[in-house]
Amino acid sequence: MTASVFFGCTFIAFGPAIALFLFTIARDPLRVIFLIAGAFFWLCSLLLSSLVWFITVQISNKESSSQQKGLLIFGVVLSVLLQETCRFGYYKLLKKANEGLLMLSAEETMPISIRQLAYVSGLGFGFMSGAFSMVNILADSVGPGTIGIHGDSQHYFLSSAFMTMAIVLLHMFWGVVFFDSCEKQHWWSLAVVVISHLLVSCLTFQNPQYVGSLVPTYIIVFLLGLWAFFCSGGSLRNLKLCLTCKDKDFLLANHRPR
Amino acid sequence: MGLESSKWAIIFLVCWLYKNVSCNSVEQKIYVELNNTVPCVRLLNATHQIGCQSSISGDTGVIHVLESEADLEWPLSKGPNPPYMVLLESSLFTRSIMMKMKNESNRVAGVAVVVPNTSPPEFSPHTTCPNENTGVYSDNYGPNLAHCNTTVWNPRGNGLSYEEFDFPVFSLKEDNETEFIKQCYLDHNRAVNGSAPQYPLCAMQLFSHMHAVTNTPTCMRRNDINFSINPEMVCDPLGDYNVWGSIRPYNDTVFGHKENESVVIAAARLDSRAFFWEVSTGAEGSVSGFVTLLAAAQALREVTHAAPPTRNILFAFFQGETFDYIGSSRMVYDMENGKFVIDLDNIHSVLEIGQVAVHSGTNLFLHSDPVSRRNNTVNDENLVNNLQSSTAGLGFLLVEPNVSQPLPPSSLQRFLRAQPIPGIVLADHESAFNNRYYESFYDNAANLNLTYPSDLSPEEQLEFVTDTAKSLTDVATVVARALYKQAGGDESLVNTIKADPKIVTQMLYGFLVSSNNSWFQAVMAPELKNILKPSPPEYYVGVAMSSTPTRLVQYLLANLTGAATNLTQSQCQKPDELPNESRQVGVPLDLSVCRWIDVQRITMLTLGVGVAVLFTSLLVTYFISTKADVLFSSTREPASAAY
Repeated sequence: MTASVFFGCTFIAFGPAIALFLFTIARDPLRVIFLIAGAFFWLCSLLLSSLVWFITVQISNKESSSQQKGLLIFGVVLSVLLQETCRFGYYKLLKKANEGLLMLSAEETMPISIRQLAYVSGLGFGFMSGAFSMVNILADSVGPGTIGIHGDSQHYFLSSAFMTMAIVLLHMFWGVVFFDSCEKQHWWSLAVVVISHLLVSCLTFQNPQYVGSLVPTYIIVFLLGLWAFFCSGGSLRNLKLCLTCKDKDFLLANHRPR
Repeated sequence: MGLESSKWAIIFLVCWLYKNVSCNSVEQKIYVELNNTVPCVRLLNATHQIGCQSSISGDTGVIHVLESEADLEWPLSKGPNPPYMVLLESSLFTRSIMMKMKNESNRVAGVAVVVPNTSPPEFSPHTTCPNENTGVYSDNYGPNLAHCNTTVWNPRGNGLSYEEFDFPVFSLKEDNETEFIKQCYLDHNRAVNGSAPQYPLCAMQLFSHMHAVTNTPTCMRRNDINFSINPEMVCDPLGDYNVWGSIRPYNDTVFGHKENESVVIAAARLDSRAFFWEVSTGAEGSVSGFVTLLAAAQALREVTHAAPPTRNILFAFFQGETFDYIGSSRMVYDMENGKFVIDLDNIHSVLEIGQVAVHSGTNLFLHSDPVSRRNNTVNDENLVNNLQSSTAGLGFLLVEPNVSQPLPPSSLQRFLRAQPIPGIVLADHESAFNNRYYESFYDNAANLNLTYPSDLSPEEQLEFVTDTAKSLTDVATVVARALYKQAGGDESLVNTIKADPKIVTQMLYGFLVSSNNSWFQAVMAPELKNILKPSPPEYYVGVAMSSTPTRLVQYLLANLTGAATNLTQSQCQKPDELPNESRQVGVPLDLSVCRWIDVQRITMLTLGVGVAVLFTSLLVTYFISTKADVLFSSTREPASAAY
C-alpha cells in the first residue's frame, strides 16, 4: 500500500530532474561528466559544513533547546554559504578547464559553452541536494506506517517531496544566474542568488506549517525561473513564437543550423 | 580536519537540512518499538502442530482494545477496517474468546495479551487431562480410568496451550508501552456512536514467523534437505538432560541388570511450561517437588554414610515431563535396553514427589495405581506404611485417597507401562489439583505464598526461613525417613533424619526469586556462573542441551549429597536424548512494533500527483529541448555550438 507513497514521492521530487536529464543531458557524455562533477562539488560543500556542524554540536550544551535551535540556524546559514562558495569554486575551475580544452582540441569552437555548463552544473548540484534530502525519507515511506504516532502532521512525505522538487529546480536556476552574473561581473545579482538561497532554506524553519514554507518557495522558484530564462537568452518574443508554432518560419528565415 | 569524522556528521546534516527543526530520525516519527514482549511459539508432535505463527513479513492490524466479550463483534464482523490486532486484558484471555477469534482468523491479524502483575483467581492453559495418551492408562489397562473418566486432574484447564492459531499471540507487560498503545487506541481507533473511525488509525505489527509446520516427521525431513553450504534448520527437538544420583555410587560404564541389586527410586520432575514461550516458573507444578526431593537427599546424607541401608536409593530428576514424559520415558527405555546402570528388575519401589506446596488442609495424599494393586501384582503396603509412620511428630498425616482413582500424571506411569512396580506419588491434592495455575505463567512464588518482609536485603531474604519453606521441610523429612526405611535402613536412626529448613528456604529463594545469589554462586562451577540471573530461571525444557534448572539441580545434588568420599560426583549427570516420539519447536523471531496505517486516499493521491508531475515534466522538457534553438536564441555567443 505505501509503495505507492514511495513511488509518488520519488516521481514528485525527481520527476523534473529525471526529465531534464533524459532529454538534455543523457545524450552528450561531456554534459554527463560535468553534471557528476557538479554533484561532487556540492557533496564537498556538504562535507565541510557537516564537519563544522558535528564539532559544534559536540561542544555545545545538548540540554538547552534554545542553544540547539540557534545552532541549527547557524548550521543552515553556514551550509548555504559553503554551497555558494563551492559553486563559485566550480565556476573558476570550469573556466580554467575550458581554456585548457580549447587549447587541446582541434576545432576552433569550445565543445561546450559556459551557459550549458551553468545549466549542467546547477542541475548536478540539484540532483545531489535532492538525493540527500529525500532518500532517507523515501526509505522510511516504504513500510506500512505513516508519520504521526506522536502527533506530527501526516503530510510530511508529500511536502518533503514538493520541497525537494523546488530545491532541485532552484539549484538549476541558481546555477544559470550565478554563472551568468560571474561572466558579466554583475556582483549584485550574485548577491541576490545567495540571498534567495538563504531565504528558501530559512523558510523551512516554518515547518510543520507546510503551507507557510512551500508557497513562498514556489513563488521564488517561479521568479528565479523567469530570471534564468531571460539570462540564458530567452525572451517573450521567442516564447510566443514557440507556443504559436511559428518557429519553423523563424528558423528558415534565419538559416540557422540545428 | 579529518574526513573520517565527517562521515557521521553527514547523517546529522541530512536530518536537519531543509527539513526538521530537531534531529529526529524519520522512523521514530512513524514507529514505536515494543520491547517487553513474549511470543507464543509453534510446537509439533508426531501428528499435529500447536501454537501460534505469523506470516514471514509480520502481521499488521488496526489496534482494537477489547472491552468485553460482546465487544468482539467489532473486530470479527462489524469493524470496517479489518484485519484487527486485538489487545486483551488477562481477564478476557479465555477459551471462548480465543476460539471465536480463531474461527474468524481472516479478520484477526494477531492478539496481544496484557499480563498483569497480580494473578487472576485461576488460569490454566493446559488441558484438563495432562499427558492422557502417554500415561499408563489406556483401553488395555484400566479403561475406566483412562482419559480422566474417574478424576479430572486439571478441571480449570482451558486447553489453549494445545490449540493451533494462525495468527501471532504475544504477551505484553503492564507498563508504559502498553499504556501508550491503549491511549493511541482511545485517541484514534475508537468508534464513536457506531460510526467508523477516521483514518489514520493506530496499528500494530507483530513478527513471530515459525519455520516448523505440520508435524515432526515432516519437519525433520525438511531439516535434512541441504541445498546450500549453510543448511538451515527449520526445527529443533525438545530435549535436555535428566539428573540422577545415588547414595552408593555406580560405575557408569557398566550397564544392564545388576545381580542382587535392589534400588529404591525417588523421583521428581524438573520442568514446566506456559502458553507463551519460556516464561514458565512452575512453582507448585515442579519446583515444590524437586526442592523437597533435594532437601530429602541432603537429609539422608549423614545417616547413609554412618549406617548405609541395605538397598540403594537413586534420586532421579526428570526433564521434559510436560511434553509426554520425555525424560522418564527415556530412562525407562534405557533400562529396558540395558543402557542404564540398573535394570527395571532392579527397582524395588518408586516414590515420586508431585505437587506438594499448596495444601488445602493439613494432610498430604499418597496416590497409587489401583489396577496393579487390585491384581496383587504389586505390594504398595510397605511403602505406604513406611510413609505414614514417618510423619510421627510432624504436624500432618499422610492419607490414601478414598476412591479408587488412577495415578495423577506422573513419571511413575511410564515405569508402570513397562513393568508393574510398587510406587507411590506424594501430592497435596486428593483428587483434582490444588494448583489453580497449572502450567501457566502465574504459577510463581506468589502462588506458594512465598513472601518476605519488605525491609530485607537480597542476602537476608536468601537466609530468611519462610512458612512455605517450613512446610516443605516437614515434607522432605517425611520423604527422607520413608526412603531410609524403604531401603532397609536402621530403624533406630530414623528419627535423627531431619531436613534442614535453611537449605530449603535458600533453594526456594534461588529457584523462585533470584538465581543469582551467593549460595548458588558458591555451588555452581565457575565457568557456568553467567547462567545465574537476578530473576528466577525458566523451567521450559527448551531445545538447548542443559538448561539452567538442569545445571542447578545437578550441582546442588552433588553439593547436598556429596561428601568427602566423592560419592555421587561422577554419577550426577547422564546424557539424555529423545526416543521415537518427540516434539519439535520452531525457530522463533519476535519483534513488535506499533505503527500507523496509511491513508488510502492520500497514498493514491500521492501516487497520482507523482505520476502527473513526472509526465508533465517529461513533456515540458521535450518541448523545450526541441525548441531550444528558438527559445534561447537572443544574446547567443557568436561561436557557440548548437544546442
